[in-house]
Amino acid sequence: MKRRDFIKISGAATIAAACAPKKTQSSAPAEGPEQMLVRENPRNGDKVAMLGFGCMRWPMIKDAEGKDVIDQEAVNEMVDYALAHGVNYFDTSPAYLQGQSEKAAGEALSRHPRDSYFIATKLSNFWDRSTEGSLKMYHESFKQLKTDYFDYYLLHSIGRGGKEAFNKRYVENGMIDFLLKEKEAGRIRNLGFSFHGAKHEFDSFMEMYDSGEMHWDFCQIEMNYVDWTHADGVRNVNADYLYAELDKREIPIVIMEPLLGGRLANVPEGIARQMKQREPDLSIASWAFRFCGTYPRVLCTLSGMTSMDPLKDNIKTFGHFKPLTEEELDFLEQMAVQMKEYPLVNCTDCKYCMPCPWGIDIPGTFQHYNKAITEGTYAQSREQKDYAKLKKAYLVSYDRAVATVRQADHCISCGDCLPRCPQSIAIPKQLRRIAEYVEGLKQDTL
Amino acid sequence: MLKKIRVALAWIFWMGITLLFLDFTGALHGYLGWMAKIQFLPAVLALNVGVIVALVLLTLVFGRVYCSVICPLGVFQDGISWLGTHKKKAPYSYKKENKWLRYGVWALFVVALVAGVQAAVALLAPYSAYGRMVQNLLQPIYLWGNNLLAGLAERAGSYTFYEKDVWMRSVPTFVVALVTLAVIVALSFKGGRTYCNSICPVGTTLSFFSRFAMFRPMIDTGKCKHCKACELHCKARCIEITKDSARIDHSRCVDCFNCIDECKFGALQYRFAWGKDSSPSAQNDKGQAQNDKGRRAMMAGTVAVAGAAALKGVEARAQEAAKKVDGGFADVLPKQAPVRETPVTPPGSKSVKDFYRRCTACQLCVAECPNNVLRPSGSLEHLMQPEMSFEKGWCRPECTRCSELCPAGAIGKIGREEKTQYRVGTSHVNLELCVSASGKALCGKCAQICPSGAIRMVENEETGLLFPVVAEEICTGCGACEHLCPVRPVSAITVNGRSQHV
Repeated sequence: MKRRDFIKISGAATIAAACAPKKTQSSAPAEGPEQMLVRENPRNGDKVAMLGFGCMRWPMIKDAEGKDVIDQEAVNEMVDYALAHGVNYFDTSPAYLQGQSEKAAGEALSRHPRDSYFIATKLSNFWDRSTEGSLKMYHESFKQLKTDYFDYYLLHSIGRGGKEAFNKRYVENGMIDFLLKEKEAGRIRNLGFSFHGAKHEFDSFMEMYDSGEMHWDFCQIEMNYVDWTHADGVRNVNADYLYAELDKREIPIVIMEPLLGGRLANVPEGIARQMKQREPDLSIASWAFRFCGTYPRVLCTLSGMTSMDPLKDNIKTFGHFKPLTEEELDFLEQMAVQMKEYPLVNCTDCKYCMPCPWGIDIPGTFQHYNKAITEGTYAQSREQKDYAKLKKAYLVSYDRAVATVRQADHCISCGDCLPRCPQSIAIPKQLRRIAEYVEGLKQDTL
Repeated sequence: MLKKIRVALAWIFWMGITLLFLDFTGALHGYLGWMAKIQFLPAVLALNVGVIVALVLLTLVFGRVYCSVICPLGVFQDGISWLGTHKKKAPYSYKKENKWLRYGVWALFVVALVAGVQAAVALLAPYSAYGRMVQNLLQPIYLWGNNLLAGLAERAGSYTFYEKDVWMRSVPTFVVALVTLAVIVALSFKGGRTYCNSICPVGTTLSFFSRFAMFRPMIDTGKCKHCKACELHCKARCIEITKDSARIDHSRCVDCFNCIDECKFGALQYRFAWGKDSSPSAQNDKGQAQNDKGRRAMMAGTVAVAGAAALKGVEARAQEAAKKVDGGFADVLPKQAPVRETPVTPPGSKSVKDFYRRCTACQLCVAECPNNVLRPSGSLEHLMQPEMSFEKGWCRPECTRCSELCPAGAIGKIGREEKTQYRVGTSHVNLELCVSASGKALCGKCAQICPSGAIRMVENEETGLLFPVVAEEICTGCGACEHLCPVRPVSAITVNGRSQHV
C-alpha cells in the first residue's frame, strides 16, 4: 500500500490533511490543557497512551565498587512523572541495561497500583535457548517486575534467520506451547513479537498468522520517517511494508526506535534548520513522534527516555497532538533523503553488541562519530577553513568520549558483534572506517 | 644595574627551559628549543662546535655568566639560596677552594664521558639533573593542573585543555630525581653555589677559562675599606677579605654581581682586566669515546613468565565473551613491556650505541613525547637514558618531535618522510600467543594497521589458520603492531631494537 492511499482511507489523518491546505503554515504549539493521545486496543479495549516508556536507556551511575548500576532515584522520578501525565505502557527486557532494567522498572512501578499501567517484557533467550534457561528467564521476569501477570509479552527480536531460527528459539524447546498455556491461564494478556529482519522473514511470520498457526496479538516494529522507505541495508525491511502488512491484518503495532536511538532528535544542522523554519517552537524530536502518531494502527510509540527533558518534551508532543499533514509527510520524506547524504553510522545505541569481547566501546565510538557529523564539527579536508580547530575538537572529544584502549583502532574485526546488531551494521567495517578517518586526521592526510 | 640585568636574563632563561620541559603540546619548542641546544654538555655531546666555541668565548670575555644565566640548575640554586638567606645580614663567608673534590669529580666525569658511562655523566651534569627533576617531579604536578582544567573545559564543552595521562615512567629515575633535588636543596639553601664550585663538572670546565676572563669584578685596593660586605654576600664564597688583602677567586666567581651592589665605597667594579690575574690553566679534553662497552644481553627466564600471563589474559576474555545481557565493557588488561634483547631508540638516532653515547639523560624527549613511547631506561647500563616501549602508544608517523628537540644530537633531526624509512627495530611474532595463529579468534590487526605494510597474514597449510609474517627489511619498529595487538598483558607481536639504524 502506498502512503498516499493509506492516508486517504485513514480517518484521523484524512481530516488533518483536509484541514491543512496551506503549504508553509507555522503552527504554534497547541494551546489548552494537555491531553495525552490514547489509542484503544481493538482486541481487548486496553486504553494505551501513545507515548510508551522504553526501559532500555535509563541513566547509569557507578556504585561504591565502581560497577555500573541504574540510577534508581532518577528512574523513580521519571516513572512517577510519566504516570502522572498519562503514560501507561512500560517496555523492558531481561537483557536490557546489563540485565538491570526489569528490576529497576519493577522497583519504580510497584509503588503504583498495578492496574494503572501496562507492563511489556520479553523472552530474550538469545544466548541460552534451552527449555530450562528460557523458563528460568520467564519466571525471573515476574520476580524482577514484582507482578503476577504481563500485559504484553514479546518473543524478543525475531526475524533474522527466519522461521528456522524461530523454531530453534521457541518451538523445539517447547516454549511457544508453554507461553500459549500461560496466556490461557491469564498470566500473559497479549502475546506478540518484536521484529528485526528482511522482508521474506517478516512474510513467514505473517503466513503463520494467516494459517492460524500463531495468533499474534500485537507486533513491535522499527518505524520512523527514515526507515519508512529508507531502511538501512539489504537485511532490513522498510517500515511502510511492515505497517501495511500489519494494518491489513488489523494487528496492533507498537513502535520501537521512533528516533533511531536519538539520531532523529539530533539531526544534522542543515536538516534541523529546515525543521525549525517550519516549527520554531517544536523540538526536532517532535517531528518523529508526530510521524508515528499519524498512523492509526499504531498502539504505542516507545521512547527510551534517559532524563526528564525528553520525557517532558514527548509528553508535550503527545499531550497536544497534531497529526502530520500530507504535505508535512512529504517534507519528512525529503529530510530522510537528505539525511542519507551524511556519512552517519546507522547505530541506535541499543548496546546489543556489547560487551565486545576485546573491550571496544562500539556504540560509544559510533555515537561520538555521528555527533560530530550531525553537528557539522568534523573536518573533511586539510584545505578546509578551521581545519586545525576541527581536528583538535574531534580528537580531544574522542578521547573524552571513549577510553583510548576502547577506540576503533583496537578492533580486530573478529565479527563477534555482527549477528547481534538489530540494524545489521557492518560493525567492523564501520569501525575501520572511523579508525581510518582518525588516522587521516592525526597524519593530516585528509 | 648589572645585577638587575643578570637577574632579568636568568629569569627568562630559567622560565624558558622549564616551560620547554613542561609543555606537552609541542607548541613552545619551536620558540624555546634553542635554549636547550646552547646547554654546554649537550653541545659537547652533539659535537656542536659553534655552541662550544661561543660558550668558551663568552666565558673568556665575560666570565662564568653561563652559570648565572643560561644554566637552569644554577638559576634554580639561586632561587633556593634566596629562600634560605634573604633575611640574613651576613649569609655567606669565604670558603677555601676544595681542590680535591672539585678536580677529583671533574676527572671522574671526564673518565666517565670517555668511557661511555653515561649514567655517571647524567648524574653529575647540571642540565641533566635539572631536566630530571622537572620531568619527574614538576611535570606530574603541571599535568594534574592541566587535567583539572581539562575537566572544567570538558564541562564547558571547550577543547582548549585536554587530559594527559600521568604515569610513572621509571621508578629508579624518579628516585634519582628525588635524591638530586634533596642534594641540590641541601647544598644551596645555606651554602649558595657550593655544588657549582665543588661538584659541577661544567662549572669546573668553565672555571679554566673564567680565571682569564677579559671582564671580571675587580677590587680597587685603594678604595676598599675591608668591611667584608662583599664577602658576606658572595654566594660563590670566592671573595676573601682580610685585614690587609682583598682577593676574588675568579675560577669560582659566577658573575652574579651581588658584590658590586653591596659595596658602599665603589671599590668593586666589573671592568676590563685582561691578564691581570693568573692561575695554572688546564686544557679541556673531551675526546670522543670510541670503545663502547659491549652490550650485555638481558634475556632472562621472564619470557616464559610473561608468556604464561598473556595466555591467561586471553582465556579470561574468552570466558567473558559468553555474555548474557546487553551493554557493559569487557575488561582490558593493561599492557606489559616485553623483554627486548636490544633496546629500541628513537628514529633519528644513528645506532643504539651512538644514541646512548651522546644522550645526557636530560629527559626532554621523555617529557615531550606525545605518544607516551619514550621513558627512562631502568637498566643499569643505560640508567635514566630513554628507550622506547609501546604499552601506552606507538611511535606515530606524523611525529618527529624528539628529533627536533634533542640538544645532544643523540636523536638527529629527521623529517616525516625520512621517518617512514628509518628502521629502529623489527617486529617478531610469538605464534603461541597469537590469537589468529592459535585459532582463538579471527584477527589480523597487526597486518591491517602496519603503516609500512610490512606484515602479511599467511595461511598455515596444516591448520588452515592465518598467522602474521613480518618482512624484516621493511619493518621500521614503530610499535603500532605491538601496541594494537589484542593479546594482553604481553603482546603476541613485539618489537626488538636494531643496533644499527642507518
